[in-house]
Amino acid sequence: MIRLEKRPQPSRAWSLATPLMAVLATMLMGGLLFAALGKPPVEAIRTIFWEPLFGEFAFYYRPQLLVKGAPLVLIAIGLSLGFRAGIWNIGAEGQYIIGALTGAGVGLAFYPMESWIIFPLMILAGAFGGWAWAMIPAVLKTRFGTNEILVSLMLVYVAEQFLASMSLGLMKNPEGFGFPGSRNLQQYDSAHNAELIAGTGMHWGVVAALIAVIFSYVLLNRHMLGYHIRLTGEAPRAARFAGVKPARLVLFCLGASGALAGLAGMFEVSGPSGQVSIDFNVGYGFTAIIVAFLGRLHPVGILLAGGLMALTYIGGDIAQGNLGLPSAAIQVFQGMLLFFLLALDMLTNFRISIGKPEVV
Amino acid sequence: MDLSAINPVLLIASLMVAATPLLLAAIGELVVEKSGVLNLGVEGMMIVGAIAGFAAAVETGSPLMGFVAAAVAGAALSLLFAGLTQLALANQVASGLALTLFGLGLSALMGQRYVGVKPPQMARVDLPLLSDLPILGRILFSHDVVLYFGIALTAAVWAVLKFTRAGLILRAVGENHEAAHALGYKVVKIRTLAILFGGACAGLGGAYISLIRVPQWTEGMTAGIGWIALALVVFASWKPWRALLGAYLFGGVTVVQLNLQAAGVAIPVEYLAMSPYLITILVLVILSADKSSAPASLGRSFHASR
Repeated sequence: MIRLEKRPQPSRAWSLATPLMAVLATMLMGGLLFAALGKPPVEAIRTIFWEPLFGEFAFYYRPQLLVKGAPLVLIAIGLSLGFRAGIWNIGAEGQYIIGALTGAGVGLAFYPMESWIIFPLMILAGAFGGWAWAMIPAVLKTRFGTNEILVSLMLVYVAEQFLASMSLGLMKNPEGFGFPGSRNLQQYDSAHNAELIAGTGMHWGVVAALIAVIFSYVLLNRHMLGYHIRLTGEAPRAARFAGVKPARLVLFCLGASGALAGLAGMFEVSGPSGQVSIDFNVGYGFTAIIVAFLGRLHPVGILLAGGLMALTYIGGDIAQGNLGLPSAAIQVFQGMLLFFLLALDMLTNFRISIGKPEVV
Repeated sequence: MDLSAINPVLLIASLMVAATPLLLAAIGELVVEKSGVLNLGVEGMMIVGAIAGFAAAVETGSPLMGFVAAAVAGAALSLLFAGLTQLALANQVASGLALTLFGLGLSALMGQRYVGVKPPQMARVDLPLLSDLPILGRILFSHDVVLYFGIALTAAVWAVLKFTRAGLILRAVGENHEAAHALGYKVVKIRTLAILFGGACAGLGGAYISLIRVPQWTEGMTAGIGWIALALVVFASWKPWRALLGAYLFGGVTVVQLNLQAAGVAIPVEYLAMSPYLITILVLVILSADKSSAPASLGRSFHASR
């Protein structure tokens, strides 16, 4: 008889091993999926995971890794704080959009003035926009007990409509010959989030992501607030007795993740993307949920997971070009990864014992 | 602006059509939550149901086969969720999100060949005398069979939950799984069945969008209806008839908003399109003060240690 026995403590070894096992299992199942689509499975997997790093055109793809990875890490770090405390912000996509809009809005308002102060102001505005958007579910939760999952998600759809309205209306480029979309911030030096070292993909968003990783590590391991976050997640009742104020935690976790998502949006719109347009958002806010879990809600883990997920994006693009792999296949691939991760997570918290249960 | 272009009879008739996918998904989720499980994957199951139903209907030429396939596909996807949460004891919130992300990708992959295809039309039920009634006939008695099925399902779920032993057991499992286990009920089995039912209903709801409401296939066409269905269960305080009421309310908002867009009201299209989501939030705020009717074990994993 096979039974599950709860471990007194989650196993450290398994908690490190399960993400790797999940990636391997996903490669295997992904290979089968690609084979079912009539693509050579080994070739496809190799293209996704090997080509961007060591292939012929790696010099072009490696910088892309930073460009795609930075927003994922930045958002996932914020989400992980809340997820640890059982506060579920799943509307990061919306906060990302609003951060981009407020950030770009400040930049566009100053056009065509050139000054060093503009970009820092845009950063502040981006963070503020994301923070404010996340405060809606946070305040509703603390004031009325409204479910933050549903509210934050509904606000994604609202933000998408808002984005459409902005790129067709207020922020539309007056010299854009009637095309939707704002002025291109890449052509506006004071507002351009340019590469810090040419050809590396290193922009301010990458720097911000690294700072966020360090801050979050210190917060969770060396700070009282981080301790409260972990305590609330692992033993909510004990946290109550220890004097943790749940409302403050909700405001902090949602606010921090919103601000980080807003920053990610602002760095994206002023750098790699360049302009506010209807299809500006590409689902980083949702993929970041996978990144946060794959990184075990740990800052360093998230950094690695963000890199891996960026790899699947870039590799997926290459496979799309070389092998005709549909772009949706990569989405399925990423979803599968989360499935395997959650399924294998059982091994961290439970021990599988075979044989008859002992009589106590 | 020309509000006179809005025909109230057609408005109410199309309101019922717009409400049906919501109702089907919400009734399914209501049963799942009554058993103490929170499945946030409704959106994912709906969109997979939408494409599975669409594909089956196009291939077989029969919309009814489409609905069957959609229910099967929804249930199959929910089985993944059941495996994760009931056997592997994974976090229900995370697993539900995974289901939605996976479902959105899977449906996009499955749907590539069906973009721009026209599905076979579903015949209207023609009730001999009732359909000929002057106004009521047009509003109430000239719809497709699935719409009536949704209403019948609401009644059935209500009756089963309230009057039968099976309903009592389901509620017991949702209120206190330890006590139900101690009484000898198979908590995991009952919950798995509830999850499968929820998946089938969500699949049907999705197929209703792609086969009847729109009817065509576009990527991500459920556009948050699955999430609104989740909010609807809270709105309904886990009571089937209130879910029906809520579905009609939200269906009404959607239809009125679309009609206003068509009539050319001075409000920009984007702001009108936001309204269903904003109203969902508003309703959640008003109703979330009272949580007493939520199943007590909602969202908690069950593990029989002995």
